[in-house]
Formats: sequence, structure tokens, C-alpha cells
Amino acid sequence: MAERSFDAEAYVDAAAALIGLPIDPAHRPGVAINLERLAQMAALVMEFPLPDEAEPAPVFRP
Amino acid sequence: MNADDLARADATAIATAVRTGATTAVAVTEAALARIVQRNPSLNCFTAITAERALATARSVDTRRAAGAEQGPLAGVPFAVKNLFDLQGVVTIAGSRIDAERPPAIADATIVARLVAAGAVPVGALNMDEYAYGFTTENSHYGPVHNPHDLSRVAGGSSGGSAAAVAAGLVPLSLGSDTNGSIRVPASLCGIFGLKPTYGRLSRAGARLFATSLDHVGPFARTVADLAAAYDTMQGPDPRDPVCAERPVEPAAGELRLGASGLRIAVLDGHFAGTGPAAAAVANVANVAKALGASRRVEIPEAARARAAAFVITAAEGGNLHLADLKTRAADFDPMTRDRFLAGALVPAAWVIEAQRFRSWYREQVLALFRDHDILLASATPCPAPLIGQEMIEIDGAMVPARPYLGVYTQPLSFVGLPIVTVPLRDPGPMPIGVQIIAAPWREADALRVAWALERDDVTTAMTIDC
Repeated sequence: MAERSFDAEAYVDAAAALIGLPIDPAHRPGVAINLERLAQMAALVMEFPLPDEAEPAPVFRP
Repeated sequence: MNADDLARADATAIATAVRTGATTAVAVTEAALARIVQRNPSLNCFTAITAERALATARSVDTRRAAGAEQGPLAGVPFAVKNLFDLQGVVTIAGSRIDAERPPAIADATIVARLVAAGAVPVGALNMDEYAYGFTTENSHYGPVHNPHDLSRVAGGSSGGSAAAVAAGLVPLSLGSDTNGSIRVPASLCGIFGLKPTYGRLSRAGARLFATSLDHVGPFARTVADLAAAYDTMQGPDPRDPVCAERPVEPAAGELRLGASGLRIAVLDGHFAGTGPAAAAVANVANVAKALGASRRVEIPEAARARAAAFVITAAEGGNLHLADLKTRAADFDPMTRDRFLAGALVPAAWVIEAQRFRSWYREQVLALFRDHDILLASATPCPAPLIGQEMIEIDGAMVPARPYLGVYTQPLSFVGLPIVTVPLRDPGPMPIGVQIIAAPWREADALRVAWALERDDVTTAMTIDC
């Protein structure tokens, strides 16, 4: 559960800069709280062992 | 039929009355428009009322009948759509202020066009959570939708206007969308029937998407027969939606009278067993199971993880879809959705790809259950409608955010695209609540058959109200 102790505000700043998404300082705390919630949800997914054969669900048909 | 009769009539009864000349489509439409004008101010369901088009459409239905032309199965039936569906000539706002700047839609969404071709009459567009990201329809731009059974409570969301309009008798039929529960949650909280078909069954072309991996569309109604009639009318492939399956139309209406006979039914346990405030909701499921003679209980492995994976995929796809506007005008988003969309735009790829891989694994577990069962039962929501503005709810002594909690039983099921009918319980108490009738992929007819049998036996009935 390392994700729960990550620095959400620092991640918001770095990731937002990477994709060119300006975050209004007034919105930043709310965004960080939502990323922490997402991290808790993602931890449930990431800790579950999947076989290599499990492909991502969407299938592209050319 | 007088105006009161029309308010109570279901779509099937209206179409029969129009076809036989007992009433006219214009009379039905005028009565529906009058009810909307009178009652919408207290409910806030409608964001657009298409009176001119509705009356023109109704006149053409009546003209065709007078000329002896064949009448469609929904002749003269008024319907309204969540405001993320394109209605020709109306701006598709999708609950947002941003999309209100778009030009009017040049054509109807595919499933809207199919209903109109069957004789149905579009009377307007319905309120929703901004871009469908919510379970309560507390829209800051357009105001909250009020639950017809208690105006201080939410109607559920994100298709809240669609459910409230049907429960209040403004229209007998409406359309909504469901990404994580947005048809099933409001159907439960408003006490009506809702169908979320199999992922890919109904075309989403002309509907504003939210999270394409999980987006479904479907109908709301006050009877199972109406739900099936609308669903059958809307089926069929559509090259305009890459997700829409190339399957032939598989009509369900003709199968309803088979009821539950021959279907193997079980109650979902584990994640769906419910504790704390959900215990009462889950007891309702036991009553439905008893009425169906179903005593088996089964568990979907890792359902809570499935909900988490759906949560991650939804945030990431929704955030990406709206990234351009988030970059340039985040302040124009609804404060109820804005921070979630911004956070979703920043989700790392590892989480999303893992969630999509988990989805494949989980699908195999769910399909395995359907080798021994045809129908699974679960509560639709863990509780009846919360108050408008209610932030938290107590669960087992802990306070948790109320709004996401409403989707706790719907998300793990739409995550793998199962067809589900939400049925409203008869006499649930002061506020309605529904049960999910869950079928195997592409077996909508099985779920509708069970819902029909429950309606026939008075176990379920729409809880409608004049307000």
C-alpha cells in the first residue's frame, strides 16, 4: 500500500506539468484529495496478482 | 382517455389507444406537455421542452393513422431523454455549461431516431450530473433534480431527471445512460423500472460519452412491458458506434410471459451481502428471492476490487475526454465534478492498464458463475435516497462519502457489461428502493422475464406519485 503514503500534491504538480495542465491553486487541494482516493482504489487493483495472459479488456479490430 | 388517465397510462396503453382511435397522439402530447409545465418547477427534471417538435410529430402520427398507414409500436407515446442524447435542433448540454455553447444537434441520436420511427414523440431533454459523473444529479449549473417521493431528497444519478420524470408521471418512457450505475441507481431511488442492457447492445451514437470502456444506454419505464417494448425498438447494429455489437435484433417482449420458469436463480453474497444501513436493502433482496423460490447464494470473487478498477478507468477516461477544456477553462466545470476530472486526467497509465487487465480476469470469474445460474439478484442501492446536499453517511460506525457509496452494488456488475433490470419493490417504506435482476451477457430477455413475473405477482410495482 505504498500509494497511500505518496505525496499527492507533489504528484499533482509534476504530472500536471508533464501534460501541460494548469491547476488553479484553489483547485489543487481538491485534486490532491481525489488523487489520494484514486490511489486507494488503484492499490486494490495493483496488489492483485494477474497472470501474464490477462490482456487489457478493450479489443481493437482493424 | 382524459388527462388523468393519460398521466397514469403506460406506453403500451397509450400506443393501443392511439392505434385504435380511442385517443389521438396530439391529445396525449398536449396532456403530457401540460403536466410537464405544471409539475416540472418543483422537480427540475427538464432542461428543454420541445413542445413545437412534439406537437408536429404527434400530428404526423395522427395523419398517418387517418390515412390508414401502419402505426409503430410506440405510436403517440411521449418520451424524454437525458440531456446527453442528441435531439435534432436542441443543444446537447450533457449537464454542463461548457457544452451549452455548442450548436444545436443536427440529427437525433441513433436510439432516439429509432423510438421516433416507432411513433414515439420526443417532448424534451432531462437534467443530469455534469458529463454523467455522479450518482445524485445535484447539478450546480442547472440545480438539483428533486425526488418526486420527497422533494428534499435526491433522485439519484446521473440520469436523475430521466427517473424522476417517469416516477412523477410526466412521461411514461425516458432514456438514460449507465457507466457505473447511472440508470440503476436513479431507478432504485425513484421507484421505477430501468434497463441497463449488455455493454455494446444499444448504440451510443449521438450520445455524449463519459468513459467509453464502460458507457451503456437504456430506458426507464413504469412497467416491464414498456421497458421491453422500448428496448426492442432500439436494438440493432450501428456502424456509428464502434462498440455497438453486430448482433441481430433479439426481441424480448414476446418472451416476457415465459416468466421465471426454467431459470436458475441465486442471490449474490459476499460484497453484496450488506451490513449496517445496507442490511435492510439486502433483506429486500431475500424477499424477492423467496418469491422466486430461489434459495441458493453465490459469490462473485473480488467484486470490491472490480468496483475499484471501474473507479480508476472511469476517472482516467473521463479526465482524458475533457482534457482540452480542463486545460483552458477548468473554472467553468461544475465544482461537483471538476476536481475529480482534474485528478482523473493525471492517473498514471500503470493503474489504467492493470485495471483493464483485471477486467478480463474478472470477466472469466463472472462468466463461470453463469454456467450454473441464469439470474443473479442483488440490491440496486445500499439505501434509499439521501437528502439533497448530504455529504456523508454512516456505515458500521464510520462516516463515508454518501455519493460514491450509492454505486457500491452497481459498479462491480456494469464493469463487465452484464444486462440488468432494476425493479422497484412493492411497499418498501416511505422511500422507494430497487433490486437488480442480473442476467448473463446478451440475455436481457431472461432478466426482463423475471422482472415481468415479479410484477405479475405483485412483488414489484412502480411507485409513482402526483406532486
